[in-house]
Amino acid sequence: MTTETLATPDPTIDPAAEPGDRPLTVTQRRRRPRILAHVGLILVAVVMLYPLLWMVTSSLRPNDQIFTHPGLFVDTFDLSHYPDGWNALSKPFGSYLLNSVVVVLGSVVGNLVSCSMAAYAFARLKFRAKTVAFAAMLLTIMLPVHVLIIPQYVLFAQLGWINTYLPLIVPKLLATDAFFVFLMVQFVRGIPRELDEAARIDGAGHARIFLQVILPLMVPALATTTIFTFIWTWNDFFSQLIFVTDPDLYTVPVALRQFIDAQSQSDFGALFAMSVVSLVPVFLVFLFGQRFLLRGIATTGGK
Amino acid sequence: MSAIGELRTLRRTGRGRLSPAQKEAEAKERRRDSRAALVFLAPWLVGLFGITVGPVLASLYLAFTDYNLLQDPNFVGLENVQRMLGDERLGRSLAATLTYVVVSVPIQLVVALALAYLLDRGIRGLAFYRSVLYLPSLLGASVAIAVLWRLVFGGEGLVNAFLGLFGITGPAWVAEPETALGTLIVLHVWTFGAPMVIFLAGLRQIPRQYYDAAATDGANRWQQLRSITLPLLSPIIFFNLVLGLIGTFQSFTQAYIVSNGSGGPTDSTLFFSLYLYQEGFAGFRMGYASALAWLLLLIIGAFTALNFWASKYWVFYDD
Repeated sequence: MTTETLATPDPTIDPAAEPGDRPLTVTQRRRRPRILAHVGLILVAVVMLYPLLWMVTSSLRPNDQIFTHPGLFVDTFDLSHYPDGWNALSKPFGSYLLNSVVVVLGSVVGNLVSCSMAAYAFARLKFRAKTVAFAAMLLTIMLPVHVLIIPQYVLFAQLGWINTYLPLIVPKLLATDAFFVFLMVQFVRGIPRELDEAARIDGAGHARIFLQVILPLMVPALATTTIFTFIWTWNDFFSQLIFVTDPDLYTVPVALRQFIDAQSQSDFGALFAMSVVSLVPVFLVFLFGQRFLLRGIATTGGK
Repeated sequence: MSAIGELRTLRRTGRGRLSPAQKEAEAKERRRDSRAALVFLAPWLVGLFGITVGPVLASLYLAFTDYNLLQDPNFVGLENVQRMLGDERLGRSLAATLTYVVVSVPIQLVVALALAYLLDRGIRGLAFYRSVLYLPSLLGASVAIAVLWRLVFGGEGLVNAFLGLFGITGPAWVAEPETALGTLIVLHVWTFGAPMVIFLAGLRQIPRQYYDAAATDGANRWQQLRSITLPLLSPIIFFNLVLGLIGTFQSFTQAYIVSNGSGGPTDSTLFFSLYLYQEGFAGFRMGYASALAWLLLLIIGAFTALNFWASKYWVFYDD
């Protein structure tokens, strides 16, 4: 994990709410004009976004202008980098995008199914050694992937899974992204137990309570899981680099890496163009799923 | 409550005292639930033992072998440890990784906290600023951004083009041993949005009455920050610090792409995980790489333990 965080969906705080939602208090009413704060924030925002915007504009410039123009204004639009980059590797870039989509979809489905099942057990069932199991689950969140990767590689090699997507997807089906188990446990704990009891009185077993009562109510947690799994899998380079070495099966990150080698160091425009293409899905998910992202990440609740 | 908080609570709460009747009811419920739990936890259990605990133990064994993927592993005792002691690249790799972690994590957290504090003071356009500042942390781990960094900090890159406007000829930042690691630290700081959002949520949970009371007593902004905000936010600072350290120790993609897999120039960006990758998956010295993996685990464990120990002196839990 990089800067990912262990989040807790807490219904009492809504990170997406505006400050105006909160009743104003003495300190706030006394606030002075905040021009300075805005100037500072806008400066920071510009610095933060500048490299991204420069990447987009550079993908539209003729190659000989890219590094001589630090500005963002484009006068000669050159769209040719996109088709050039798309066809620069042994396969069209679309096929790498498709490969990534397959891995991402498999990972999302795997995480949704396996993590929600485990979360139900931890949040609602009583069983032997539950404390130990729960502690083990929490500890695996913090375990570095590197202590696992070599034996896993040996295991998957023996199973004949190298150069398939199974090493990337099967672990998700086995709830090894314990972070999401934890996120869902926190969420399920917030669902009133009376609903379970009512269903039980009506004769429902655990399978039905899980499927018909809990799952529909934990849709926000499932959405958060979907979005984070999407982004982290889409960006994941380390395991895809290790398990996928057949160029036909390359996913987007590995293909992009290939680009640096394959491109004679002159066609930077094409490199920029495909970098932009590879970030578009993440950007779209950010745009439409922001609320769930913030909810997931923000309500960590400390302590 | 965060995962760290959960672990604290688990440690403190033992089994509560129950009356015999309650115990009986509890035992009955547990019997009924146990079979269901086994079904619900089946995938997780297979994963835990099959691809987590099993591999952890296997890598511990491999760390004492000369395994090279092609031949069966031979037990070689402490040979890998001996090799580590004389491994100059390992020394440079540790230096690069520790510098990266120790410099970039605190800077990132201070920036994140400062901006969260600024945004929490009831500023207009909060949602806009938050989105803009958060976006880089989602993209930062990608290959595309690492590629971008290579070009922004290249000899003829964006940074030098700007410096050129002022008549300054900048170095090829990513190609100089003195500056290459610095560009990766800048990249890490650039992704401060994630901890910032967590800080922001934490700041919102601090009751406004505390500030009002302090203001009534004549405390200025600075005193309020020191006596209210920071103590009440300390569990979240601690949480971000622990996870930041654990995550940053494992950084790979940025260094791999910026140095094109070499960790250069002169091993100045040879992150630990990159060295491990080179040894294990490029050199097929899987035994040695396993030993390296365990060294990383021990270092991260030591840092985390140190953090938990130190937290007694500065983290404030009001429970």
